[in-house]
Amino acid sequence: MRKDSEARFNRRKFLAGVAVAGAATTVAPAAAPAAPSTTPPPRLPSALPPTARMVAAETGTPPPIPQTKGPAGSDFMVDVIKTLDIPYLPSNPASSFRGLHESLINYGKNTKPEFLTCMHEESAAAMCHGYFKIAGKPLMTLCHGTVGLQHAAMAIYNAWCDRVPMIVIGGNDLDAAKRPPGVPTFHSAQDINAMVRDFTKWDDTPVSLQHFAQSMVRAYKIAMTPPYGPVAISLDAGLQQEPIHENGERLYIPRHVPTAPPAGDGNAVREAASLLANAQNPVIVVDRAARTENGVRLLVQLAEALQAPVVDQGGRMNFPKTHYLSAGPAVIGRADVIIGLELSDFWNTVNAWIDNGGDDGSGTRESRVKPDTKLIGIRSIDLNTKSNYQDFQRFQTLDVQMAADAEATLPALLDAVKSAIPNDRKAAIEKRGETLKKAHAEQKDRTRAAAAVAWDASPISTARLVMETFAAIKDLDWSLVASTGNVSGWPNRLWPMEKYYHWLGSSGGAGVGYGAPASVGAALANRDAGRFSVSIQADGDLMYAPGVLWTAARHKIPLLSVMHNNRGYHQEVMHVQRLSNRRNRVASLGNDMGPIGTSIENPDIDYAKLASSMGWWSAGPVKDPSELGPTIRRAVAAVKSGQPALVDVWTQPR
Amino acid sequence: MSRLRLCMGSAALFAAALLAGHGALAASADKGKAAFVKNGCWQCHGFVGQGGVAGPKLAPDPIPAEAFTAFVRTTNRAMPPYSEAVLSDADLADIHAYLASVPKAADPKTIPLLSSP
Repeated sequence: MRKDSEARFNRRKFLAGVAVAGAATTVAPAAAPAAPSTTPPPRLPSALPPTARMVAAETGTPPPIPQTKGPAGSDFMVDVIKTLDIPYLPSNPASSFRGLHESLINYGKNTKPEFLTCMHEESAAAMCHGYFKIAGKPLMTLCHGTVGLQHAAMAIYNAWCDRVPMIVIGGNDLDAAKRPPGVPTFHSAQDINAMVRDFTKWDDTPVSLQHFAQSMVRAYKIAMTPPYGPVAISLDAGLQQEPIHENGERLYIPRHVPTAPPAGDGNAVREAASLLANAQNPVIVVDRAARTENGVRLLVQLAEALQAPVVDQGGRMNFPKTHYLSAGPAVIGRADVIIGLELSDFWNTVNAWIDNGGDDGSGTRESRVKPDTKLIGIRSIDLNTKSNYQDFQRFQTLDVQMAADAEATLPALLDAVKSAIPNDRKAAIEKRGETLKKAHAEQKDRTRAAAAVAWDASPISTARLVMETFAAIKDLDWSLVASTGNVSGWPNRLWPMEKYYHWLGSSGGAGVGYGAPASVGAALANRDAGRFSVSIQADGDLMYAPGVLWTAARHKIPLLSVMHNNRGYHQEVMHVQRLSNRRNRVASLGNDMGPIGTSIENPDIDYAKLASSMGWWSAGPVKDPSELGPTIRRAVAAVKSGQPALVDVWTQPR
Repeated sequence: MSRLRLCMGSAALFAAALLAGHGALAASADKGKAAFVKNGCWQCHGFVGQGGVAGPKLAPDPIPAEAFTAFVRTTNRAMPPYSEAVLSDADLADIHAYLASVPKAADPKTIPLLSSP
């Protein structure tokens, strides 16, 4: 198949021959002696009659093309993939994985995994991202060699920063002697994995089917061992298309056995427990501490044992927002011991950076904590640090540090804390809890009062946007699958988030364009679990790759998308304004609201039309706050019928 | 807000000097609303000064004009200072007038969506 077959008859040569012969025939009269003639020359044929050889080539039966002998190698690849119980495969189709694609849908009957048609590799990878955060299972995606992987790269980086596993397979025509010329060669590379190696946990380039079986199972295992992360396999197109050559050895599929997550060292756990048990004001700070619902339960037990406030930085739903020990970051300043669990940025937890142009324009730093505050850290990402991308953040010295998975360490830490609490501290600890209970109630009152300001404003306030949405879904088994574009944190401040799937955190790498596709991926997992998915969808985020709306409609993935349409890249609006002021210049707005280059208006995008063009129920733009609730309720009804629905809402900036 | 008030206090004298030269002009809430948008105040504080994660609430009940002006002119926090070359004294006074005109917010207990849970 991969060699050019020698055609017996070449249509292009035939046509060229006709042209040359015709030209020769046409030229001949012009070369004849000039003589007046009263009769027109006989009409020339437009083409010469075919030769006997040509006739035979046109009408005869062509010789058979050599068929692949035996089952295709990519059929075996499907057998391997099926052992890993991967339910879906979001992908944009491409020639470099056509062998595997064909095997998946025909040999594999398009189940486990089911191919989901995507319109951008970034969307496909982000769907994997969102799916995992609900289902706790990784998906795989197929990317086309160089170009597809470049498209997918930002979504893979988000997954890396967010500690989310996914298996990225890049098709690649490795063999320069066999690869198709032209475009497929533009799309081939020596080492396609190189472009994502800095933000994947592991990658491989299998050169045999048995090698593929090992690579695939190993990839799954590494991706799913905390710290989770994306992995990549470069898959040769030839290997997919060649028949199985067993070479005297039977192919086998290694069995996948999960690896236990790394737990903290016993001595370090006891040292941390002693510091916490004897602290006057211990504070627990969490970012991606809970990997599962059980992680939430363990954190509640730890917080209650210490009667310590928990500051949830929101990488996941770590701690119930309704619990009286749920607290804001202000408690960090009063702490004498802080334990940070799976923090992506401990430095920024205990320090503040002010973007005020100080220090020659780079901003000034302030400590948020008292000088003698003891710091404890448990995080698994210390086991998997790379050099190039700076997601490890600024260096922060800690007093006790464990390179371990927080959730796996929590049972031992909880036992150690209970053992370490002195009897004479128990009354003080109980009293601390009473104080925190009162503070929690007062904070709730302040938050509601703040939400009431601008309640009837138009554009609609972000607090009203968020609470009208909640009112329409609160009686359902809801899951907020994404909130992009910054709505001042109202969902986390006002919604009674208690279950792990109530909140999924954000993108990880802060790459814009995550929200829409990750929402669709998470909604897919929620659909299978019978839950209702809702997202707060920013305008700028949606426009990175709106084709994912079609994917949701095509695959019947119900999702309520309520738009936070502030008509700008709002963070950049403020950055340019800040620099203009700092340089003592008036920010140039052009004809827009924000500085030139930051607004998404003139013309305004009609998101309702965009969504309906791709098969969504849609409404808006809603500008009158009194119309918002009824519109969202109609959208909820559409989603409950199995449709994705979008409500475009013109909102305040944040 | 507490940080805001500290900074305002330190700049009060400067503010008094600024306003002394402007006190004769009558501030306009309507003009202030336009200036609030034109000068980007809405970006962090919202179109009616309600505040949010990027900037504190300014209205209703804004801080006194003197302190407000002092802060805007001299802040060295996350909010960039606005010099007179960028935002005139007249515009600043109008903006304060606009913020002072924003009606009081409803009691959250009277808003069903905020009264529970």
